[in-house]
Amino acid sequence: MAKQYEFPSKGLPYLLVLPQMVIVFMFFFWPSAQAIWQSFFLQDPFGGRVIFVGFENYTKLFGDPDYWASFRVSVLFALAITVSSMSISLFLAIQTNKKIRFDSFYKTMMIWPYAVATMVAGVLWLFMFNPNVGIIAWLLKYKMGVDWNHLLKADQAFLLLTIASSWKQIAYNFVFFLAGLQGVPLPLVEAAAMDGAGPVKRFWRIIFPMLSPTTFYLLVMNLVYGFFETFPIVHQVTAGGPGKATQILVYKVWRDGVINLDLGGSSAQSVILMIMVIGLTVVQFRFIERKVTY
Amino acid sequence: MKKIALVAMVFLAIAGAWAQTNIEFWHAMTGKNAETVQALADRFNATQKDFKVVPVFKGSYSDTMNAGIAAFRAGQAPHIIQVYEVGTATMMAAKGAVKPVYQLMAENNEKFDPKVYIPTITGYYSTSDGKMLSLPFNSSTSVMYYNKDAFKKAGLDPEKPPVTWPEFFEMAKKLKASGMEGGFTTNWISWIQLENFSAWHNLPFGTKNNGFDGLDTQLVFNNDTVIKHLQTISDLSKAGVFIYGGRENKANPLFSSGRVGLHFESIGGYANFKNTCKFEFGVATLPYYPDVKGAPQNSIIGGASLWVFNNKPKADYKGVADFMAFISLPENQAFWHQSTGYLPITNAAYDLTKSQGFYKTNPGPEVAIKQLLRAAPTGNSMGIRFGNFNIIREIEDQTWEDILAGKISVKDGINKMVLDGNKTLREFERLNK
Repeated sequence: MAKQYEFPSKGLPYLLVLPQMVIVFMFFFWPSAQAIWQSFFLQDPFGGRVIFVGFENYTKLFGDPDYWASFRVSVLFALAITVSSMSISLFLAIQTNKKIRFDSFYKTMMIWPYAVATMVAGVLWLFMFNPNVGIIAWLLKYKMGVDWNHLLKADQAFLLLTIASSWKQIAYNFVFFLAGLQGVPLPLVEAAAMDGAGPVKRFWRIIFPMLSPTTFYLLVMNLVYGFFETFPIVHQVTAGGPGKATQILVYKVWRDGVINLDLGGSSAQSVILMIMVIGLTVVQFRFIERKVTY
Repeated sequence: MKKIALVAMVFLAIAGAWAQTNIEFWHAMTGKNAETVQALADRFNATQKDFKVVPVFKGSYSDTMNAGIAAFRAGQAPHIIQVYEVGTATMMAAKGAVKPVYQLMAENNEKFDPKVYIPTITGYYSTSDGKMLSLPFNSSTSVMYYNKDAFKKAGLDPEKPPVTWPEFFEMAKKLKASGMEGGFTTNWISWIQLENFSAWHNLPFGTKNNGFDGLDTQLVFNNDTVIKHLQTISDLSKAGVFIYGGRENKANPLFSSGRVGLHFESIGGYANFKNTCKFEFGVATLPYYPDVKGAPQNSIIGGASLWVFNNKPKADYKGVADFMAFISLPENQAFWHQSTGYLPITNAAYDLTKSQGFYKTNPGPEVAIKQLLRAAPTGNSMGIRFGNFNIIREIEDQTWEDILAGKISVKDGINKMVLDGNKTLREFERLNK
């Protein structure tokens, strides 16, 4: 199908990928190897004393109910973000894809939040919902009778984090869904309509299957986002609290390593995260991708 | 001819700059405090020509400490680094990495008398036999803030803040009854309501003089007084008299926006409240339980100190020692104290500030100093010296939230703090003995 280009010499292609490989090695392989190495030791931060402990850092983690709780909340959090942001953005994309007035205005507005840095998004939502200073927290409390205090109520903290994280991701998903929708051939939809298929049936039978490559791609991206890129929002909004209720895995790695200077334990956690990501990617591409029509 | 002279002058100037040794000073101060750090360095640099102290801002306390650790491991450590109080035991344990200040001063024949410093401040950073390991830099202590306007409205005497905890709780209830959203809040549950609370009541927070005498220290603050104290606050939380505002200093807006009338915060927050509070407020000493023998004792400090890294060129240490002696001078300490609100580290600087009339318009800081100087510190009130101190405070903060949320009882919660905290102490001991 595609035209093949033959390099005149064998060395040239290697030379061309070399810069990329150097970067990958320096920023991925080398730190990963270091993390694996460090996860087998207890060491003081200055590197003065190092004790080999074998798998102790790992057994300690798996014996710690708090670690399992962190695991559980991370999975729930990533799922909540993925489901809510994908379904909302698909709905919005379908609405703006219709022939309506000001549709380009809506589209622009919808994409806007993506330009906001995750850290800034965290601060924004914190200021609105903070029980001490937040305007929405005030409205909830005094005008709507909701006892809003995410500083002590774990469910509310989780909800706030999910809303804040999804809000940013909706913009991203929206762009892809909109592009996907515009790629659906109109004659197909029209033919179905002529055959008597209603809007709902047309969506599920034609549009949604045609969108499946986009949906699959977004599913992967959203899960990765939920697991790994929500750190700044958690850091800003709840810092893992109340108690440890919203301490997701990436936040715990950072706290234990950077703030608490437990390098061995933190390395072991990052190795576990690495294995998870590798596993997740393999599963997704092996099994889910097969059911997707590209 | 003129040209040659000019060229020669430029060369001389460059040579002069080369002869000057840079002393790198990494710190975590922001805003006005950072400006004052720079001003201190400029003052020092103007007094001599051999050294140039260069302050470098490295981010938050933990960022700065991490930057220092990474730099040390890469052989690029600065000369001086500012480390927060919870990092003290970690720095102490890093034996090859730091040069203790008492040793630095002796090696460079610096005139250095540890007795001129305020003992509660330097004690925090000294060995138990009084050898200073790091130079206290920005020190503060916790005090009580109260809203005088709200006191008047509630029919309380604004010049008579509560002295004991029973009085305090009564007044807090009256403040709420007068129409405020709540009576009181507090910052830093770990530092103020546990560490300072214990020191103020002369109760041990940990064994071995709060960790000063050995790594085999154990947390012991799960005593009846602490349990009673947190139980009362927890009960008042259910009644809406206590409002939880968050960890660290996140509760400040509750006080500055007038939603509660009583608050606990570091004296370092004094200037901030002066700017943000639209009402008259007062500063008073921490309350105490009159039935506890030995209370009130003295409060303990928080903040950060300056550590000196090892393995720098020998000649550089002269500059480091000179700089440390320079910033300890009364006029420089008084300048630091009055510009930043942090406490002076010498008695002479306190006296100087007093004679300059500073406390007439700023009575708050003097309350804090008097509270520190209230009695000669005991083993329970010298300070806290724990490894993995950050983790211990984190456990306390998290468990306190679980207590307030009703997930665990007060007594079980405090026992959990002690139990989990002791585990991390044992880990530190294992690594550092």
